[in-house]
Amino acid sequence: MRTTETAPITTTDTPVVPEPPRLDVVHLAKSYGSSSQKGDGGKKVIEDLTFSVGAGEVVCIVGPSGVGKTTLLKCLAGLQPASSGYAAIDGRTISGPPPEMALVFQDYSRSLMPWLTVRKNVILPLRHLRLAKAELKARCDEALEAVGLSHAENQYPWQLSGGMQQRVAIARALAYRPEILIMDEPFASVDAQTRFDLEDLCLRIREDFGMTILVVTHDIDEAVYLADRVVVLGSKPARVLRVVDVDLPSPRDQISTRALPEFAEQRTEVLALIKRPA
Amino acid sequence: MDKLMNKRPVLWLLGIGTPALLLAAWWLASAGSTDTFFPPLADIVDRFRALWLFDHFGSDVLVSLRNLVLGYAIAALAAVAVGFVTALAAPVRWAVDPLIHFLRGIPPVALVPIFISLMGFGPEMRVASIALAAFFPTFIATVDGLRAVDRGLLDVAQVYRLSRRDRVVAVLLPAASPQIFSGLQVSLQTAFVVMIASEMLGPSRGIGAMTLLAQQSFMISDMWSGILLLGVIGFAANFLFDLVRRKVLAWYIGSRRLARAS
Ligand SMILES: Nc1ncnc2c1ncn2[C@@H]1O[C@H](COP(=O)(O)OP(=O)(O)O)[C@@H](O)[C@H]1O
Ligand SMILES: [Mg+2]
Repeated sequence: MRTTETAPITTTDTPVVPEPPRLDVVHLAKSYGSSSQKGDGGKKVIEDLTFSVGAGEVVCIVGPSGVGKTTLLKCLAGLQPASSGYAAIDGRTISGPPPEMALVFQDYSRSLMPWLTVRKNVILPLRHLRLAKAELKARCDEALEAVGLSHAENQYPWQLSGGMQQRVAIARALAYRPEILIMDEPFASVDAQTRFDLEDLCLRIREDFGMTILVVTHDIDEAVYLADRVVVLGSKPARVLRVVDVDLPSPRDQISTRALPEFAEQRTEVLALIKRPA
Repeated sequence: MDKLMNKRPVLWLLGIGTPALLLAAWWLASAGSTDTFFPPLADIVDRFRALWLFDHFGSDVLVSLRNLVLGYAIAALAAVAVGFVTALAAPVRWAVDPLIHFLRGIPPVALVPIFISLMGFGPEMRVASIALAAFFPTFIATVDGLRAVDRGLLDVAQVYRLSRRDRVVAVLLPAASPQIFSGLQVSLQTAFVVMIASEMLGPSRGIGAMTLLAQQSFMISDMWSGILLLGVIGFAANFLFDLVRRKVLAWYIGSRRLARAS
């Protein structure tokens, strides 16, 4: 179900972020190993991050591994406090896991319950939402179908390949119907064909549910293909090198979009930022 | 894989055949025995049937089993519950840890005299002795198991804002269950030992008491039959335990087997 018009207008010639920012990251800094909130002392992982994500936008974060991307997402998900600065949803500072958010973890092998079948893993976060039985079943079926795992619903995670496990984790997030979906290198362990399918799934759920989506990836092509904007992180400790507005027509298509000369230009721009020593 | 399948019946045969052979050897070797301390197995089996299956079934066998089941059940439930509180509430952990480590160092059987002086020689004393002795292995395993729960799974529970109940029942308890079961197994053995030991003191009923009495009255066949019965009960208890463990930990056993195979 792809429509030609995306709900919020993607920034083409106006560098202004759509109002109001759904997710706002303001001078966020994070150090490990210091119990104080001051942010000095300990190991500084994130220096100073400022960017925002508008409602219904898809934003990708790219940066070298070890730069602090996972750390940033844990701060956004309320799993870790920021050392200074803050992140906010609709202007409310995040201090614990926000109810409207779901996070797909990078480490899929440690994110599914090995004692639950695939189906029960997907249902687990829905239990406290007190949904009607039919609704619960529908959401679960639909999510498993979307990631192509309907046939594996009664298997255990440890019986599946790494890529399939990651798809279960994605299905779990989809069934939760978050308003804001955050994914940490979600497609890193799946094969190329599945990867394309999941990228398109990602764009489709944005259309269908108006989800706001933030994806961390180290694949620059993927970032450009998916995103309305790409946040390029660099240097240790992490800071924003640039926010690149991706100026590509929607709907996007794996073959034709990637063949556009603009696509090549955009990916070159991002690549140059990452390659250049900061 | 095929080879292993074919080996299965052979292994079963070995498992059943070896004890059967030993019993047969015992039967034959002791057949005409006049040695007071090693009566013929035929006599022992006779006494076994007369004593344990009829005369003393209600008065002693059931009493022992009731004490065992009651003491063990109390220990298991209390150990898991207190283990949860201890592992999850830091102040409790600090308060309780040193005490626990002191108490666990005391051999379980040595606890029996304390309860005799507190409660006399009634069944309460025996159940309490069994419960206290069986408490520690499961308690310590529960605390260790909970402390080792993967950070990643806890993060998932937090991000999806699981209810406290789901967090305990669907995440923490299953995650710690392999270790809890190891503790429960040690507790079962401890409970069994203390069951017998507690019956050997003071005027008492039960399999342990009967066996000791038989020995003291030189009814050697009776004594042997009591030991035989204890062996059978111990075997049956372990068998049942393993059945439950295999059912509850099927996911764990399966995942381990798969991890080893690859
Ligand atoms: N819990 C932690 N305690 C201390 N250091 C950590 C912790 N988690 C991550 N780090 C460090 O922070 C840095 C950034 O890690 P991470 O956010 O995982 O990077 P990325 O996801 O970009 O690869 C790394 O140097 C890592 O060793
Ligand atoms: Mg990472």
